[in-house]
Amino acid sequence: MNEEKSIDRTRRNLVIATSAAGGAAALGAAVPFVMSMWPSERAKAAGAPVEVDISRMEPGELRVIEWRGKPVWIVRRTKEMLDSLKAVEQRLTDPSSKSSSQPDYAKNEFRARKPDVMVMEGVCTHLGCSPQLKTAAARAEMGADWAGGFYCPCHGSKFDYAGRVFRGAPAPLNLPVPQYTYLSDTTILIGDDKKGA
Amino acid sequence: MRSLLAALLVAPTLALAAGGGYRLDPSPHDPYDLVSLQAGARTFVNYCLNCHGAQYMRYNRLTEIGLTEAQIRDNLMFAADKVGETMRVALNAKDGKDWFGVPPPDLSVIARSRGADWLYTYLRTFYRDPKTTHGWNNAVFPNAAMPHALWTLQGVRSLDMVSRADKAGHVSIDYQWSQIEPGLQSAVQYDATVRDLVNFLVYVGEPGANSRKRIGVIVLFVLGLLFVLAYALKKAYWKDVH
Amino acid sequence: MAGRLMALWNWFDSRMPTLASEWRKHAAEYYAPKNFNFWYYFGSLALLVLVIQIVSGIFLTMHYKPDANLAFGSVEYIMRDVAGGWIIRYIHSTGASAFFVVVYLHMFRGLIYGSYQRPRELVWIFGVLIYLTLMGEAFFGYLLPWGQMSYWGAQVIVNLFGTIPFIGPDLALWIRGDYVVGDATLNRFFALHVIAFPLVLLGLVVVHLLALHDVGSSNPDGVEIKKTKDPKTGHPLDGIPFHPYYTVKDLVGAIVFLAVFCTVMFFTPEVGGYFLEYNNFIPADPLKTPEHIAPVWYFTPYYTILRAVPPLFDSQFPGVLAMGIAVMILFFLPWLDRSPVRSIRYRGSVYKAWLTAFIIAFVVLGYLGTEPTTVWGQFAVREDSFFGKYILDTKDVATWVGRLGTIVYFAFFFAMPWYTARDKCLPVPARVTV
Repeated sequence: MNEEKSIDRTRRNLVIATSAAGGAAALGAAVPFVMSMWPSERAKAAGAPVEVDISRMEPGELRVIEWRGKPVWIVRRTKEMLDSLKAVEQRLTDPSSKSSSQPDYAKNEFRARKPDVMVMEGVCTHLGCSPQLKTAAARAEMGADWAGGFYCPCHGSKFDYAGRVFRGAPAPLNLPVPQYTYLSDTTILIGDDKKGA
Repeated sequence: MRSLLAALLVAPTLALAAGGGYRLDPSPHDPYDLVSLQAGARTFVNYCLNCHGAQYMRYNRLTEIGLTEAQIRDNLMFAADKVGETMRVALNAKDGKDWFGVPPPDLSVIARSRGADWLYTYLRTFYRDPKTTHGWNNAVFPNAAMPHALWTLQGVRSLDMVSRADKAGHVSIDYQWSQIEPGLQSAVQYDATVRDLVNFLVYVGEPGANSRKRIGVIVLFVLGLLFVLAYALKKAYWKDVH
Repeated sequence: MAGRLMALWNWFDSRMPTLASEWRKHAAEYYAPKNFNFWYYFGSLALLVLVIQIVSGIFLTMHYKPDANLAFGSVEYIMRDVAGGWIIRYIHSTGASAFFVVVYLHMFRGLIYGSYQRPRELVWIFGVLIYLTLMGEAFFGYLLPWGQMSYWGAQVIVNLFGTIPFIGPDLALWIRGDYVVGDATLNRFFALHVIAFPLVLLGLVVVHLLALHDVGSSNPDGVEIKKTKDPKTGHPLDGIPFHPYYTVKDLVGAIVFLAVFCTVMFFTPEVGGYFLEYNNFIPADPLKTPEHIAPVWYFTPYYTILRAVPPLFDSQFPGVLAMGIAVMILFFLPWLDRSPVRSIRYRGSVYKAWLTAFIIAFVVLGYLGTEPTTVWGQFAVREDSFFGKYILDTKDVATWVGRLGTIVYFAFFFAMPWYTARDKCLPVPARVTV
């Protein structure tokens, strides 16, 4: 009787030990399969940071750069554009960018590392269309109090020159600001902020 | 001219070949020698990448053989902008076909189809042959469309193929080599250069080879442990079967 | 916690009692002979390899591109750019050859222990159907890497179908979907390899096992264990429940198999060009045939038979026919074998001699199929002699050895009714020997 019990105990211990070891080995075997679904080297290379030379940009100019399949806007902001940022604050949903996505160096009144150059993703936070630039001169279609900014043609969301969304728009958040850094005074690297100045 | 007349280094090398062709020398490369791999990478980029591509090999993978991204960018990248790009060839296929008769093949997996020994011997057995369009021929790959891309290193050699028949009537060929013009490297140095280049090509053929073997050892250990447990488990149950 | 789990199980079991009853029927209360030996591992191993191939295949399909321009590159993409991709690729390539090693050994077990004899003929027939389906699955899969061997191997095999009288050329055109093997062929072979044939394989494996369990497993002695039952329990005296005894034993077998599998996979995945052929690292070139086309090793015995038969009336069809019969003859084994005895342990020396000759022939045929016909040189026969003029269509020694092997192969089957009936057998015991 005792021998039977000890046989049962041995069996149970071995079942537990083998199951544990086997389970661990199976998890190890699963690793390459799970890993294979992460972005491949090709995807990572295609999504690599993009260098942009901004030396030839005119004040007020908007340049569109493709990064990770998305349009990234670089705006050389004039003094009037920067002044308008304060003026429209009352009409914004999230003037201090509490809910939107931006790196720490873009959590200031200009939403940028340096005030004269704005970098942001040109993708409306409502359903993903790319808004159009509408300067202050477009008051006729945008309304008398339009100080300039961006207008999304799909469902009418409006954004200011720092990508902040106006109240009354279907878009819930300010435009995202990607990681970026200055490699020099005239070169911006979009997508990476660990190197350079 | 002086070198052609005066420095007629006669260093005949005999290589007996059976009916199957030129006998291949075993490639002495060491896949764990990072310095050799780096030297091979440099030779590849400088001498081969003009005509051949290695379109499945990314530049940034070369950090595996001990290079930094800065070193790769500064020394090895002529035909690409970003370090994440692949080693595409500058030459397009149509020009390649016009110039050589057949577009130079991509070399990403050449070491897996031809083998290291073939490549090592091939790159060292080019010889001057006025009868071909580009003036070169090769003992391992007769009438190859490829000229001797490394001739400045090896120099110019000539080959004399002498047929011999033994008493039973079996024909074999004596390969008699001679150096017509010296190159920048001695024979020993050139062999080392080719060894490093072949080492690099073997690496490019399967960059994961070294880690594959490492992981294999770990896997076999785990299976050994599992075997011990499973066998004990089996014996524990089969004790009562007679 | 245990109470909660018990309650959950009861909820499930009361709504689907089939799960528990099928478990009992096929595992916990399926009484298998207690004397299974080494040869009995290969059935469960075949199932293991099937699962391995399906799982690795699914993950390969996430990255592979079935387009003639992209296929070769997509395989290198998997090998280099996809994290862990090289492991998955090597698992699948090693698994393909492992599948045939296991299946051939599994079939060999059937051969030596007479597992195909009454009442298990249907199990055997389903098994041969699995073998045929597996060969098709391997053939379709081999085109996918789009290397030189992939392309030209497919070209040659499809052309074989083209030799069938009357319908041949149209049949080949229909299979290819084009005038030569091309993108259309690649895409449909992809569909067949990834979806159609795996489903057929799964279905056949299910009925193979169901048919086996309905009649019960045989054993190395060929004794019917159901004939001697325990009067109290009704279970065969020489039987033990599959679970836990054979689940636990097959676990050990699986681990040993995986150790061999991983040794190959991690240290020599190419196996000298037999598992991953060197020429397949050259992208397919419709304008340039490689010097030396050979099918993958698991098809080579039949390839030698194909090459051994000379063309008749300017057609290669006789060779194709011989190759086809060489495979199809397997279906008839239960009826060709007239021996009253199942297992080789109790057969006479005549059968053992024939079996030995068959094994040697099969291995030699297999080897010859990997080499060109000139591999063993030529006979020194004068072309103007009687022999040279009227008998010798070729002087290659390998072809004549291949012909001899072909004759032995077919004789083993066709003469079987005669020599198995006459062979002197040993008395079969009533109970299994351990």
